[in-house]
Amino acid sequence: MKPIFEYTKGMTDMPTHYCPCCTHGIAHRIIMEVLDEMGQLGNTIGVAPIGCSVMAHQYMNVDMCEAAHGRAPAVASGIRRVHPDKIVFTYQGDGDLASIGTAEIVHAAVRGEKFTTFFINNGIYGMTGGQMAPTTLIGQKSTTSQEGRSKELNGMPIKMSEMLSTIDGAVYVERVALDSPAHIRQAKKAVRKAFEIQQKGLGFTLIEFLSTCPTNWGLTPVKALEWVREKVMPYYPLGVMCEPKEGDEA
Amino acid sequence: MRSFKLIFHPEKCKGCELCRSVCPKGVIGMSKQVNPKGYHPACAEKEEACIGCQSCALMCPDGAIEIYQKEEGDQ
Repeated sequence: MKPIFEYTKGMTDMPTHYCPCCTHGIAHRIIMEVLDEMGQLGNTIGVAPIGCSVMAHQYMNVDMCEAAHGRAPAVASGIRRVHPDKIVFTYQGDGDLASIGTAEIVHAAVRGEKFTTFFINNGIYGMTGGQMAPTTLIGQKSTTSQEGRSKELNGMPIKMSEMLSTIDGAVYVERVALDSPAHIRQAKKAVRKAFEIQQKGLGFTLIEFLSTCPTNWGLTPVKALEWVREKVMPYYPLGVMCEPKEGDEA
Repeated sequence: MRSFKLIFHPEKCKGCELCRSVCPKGVIGMSKQVNPKGYHPACAEKEEACIGCQSCALMCPDGAIEIYQKEEGDQ
């Protein structure tokens, strides 16, 4: 029999601790599939965040480092400067990247650090029990916004990709979703493009994944994907925010 | 007519039913058995209808699905 889909060897055999339907598993897999296809599994260093994906280093079959909450971009900057021939990435959630780690990610982009950030945006703090995140939508209920997030009290949800794409040092920023097979294929292409731009040394790259948290959203797995399509995508439109022009060189 | 073999790893499955929700041919069902994690794992109910689109495997967050194309002489 000819294999047409096998689980990538970029992932370890360890079962993940994520809730059923959590799209972390899909994001982990497509990143590792791309590295495997590029033959770079042995040449990559990842930085894991604090949040649900704090154990990512147990699942991803590459060298990994753990960073303090929100400080993955600072650690990755150091690793990439010391090892300019390696592929370096950070894997961060929205509480990690858009809240406590905002300064680190903005200044990593300003300095044009040549690593890739994978930003998992599910609009809530998953690990700590469903508190409101900076990316929680208006009207969305969480344990710290029980009547729904209000604009007067909490402001509008922050659009990190749009914000970072205005910075010169950020050369490639794209927002993708993990809600359907078509979007997952699209996301995989974006991941590959980001790694290729990093290898060319053009600058900072970021891919934002619209993700789900069925446990804290209080939805079934399939309903959570519908919520992403109906509520999340209209506010966070998919697409390329900025990309290098043809002929750009380091 | 190409035919496919679906291999499910019930010990990895968390029963989220995402694979079932995206299958265009209704190939996938949920087992009545319970796996060691306590979930009803996905299984192939109508494997002969599979068109090899890989949607289920792409959606699976836990790597519980593998797909093979049958060749001549395979059982």
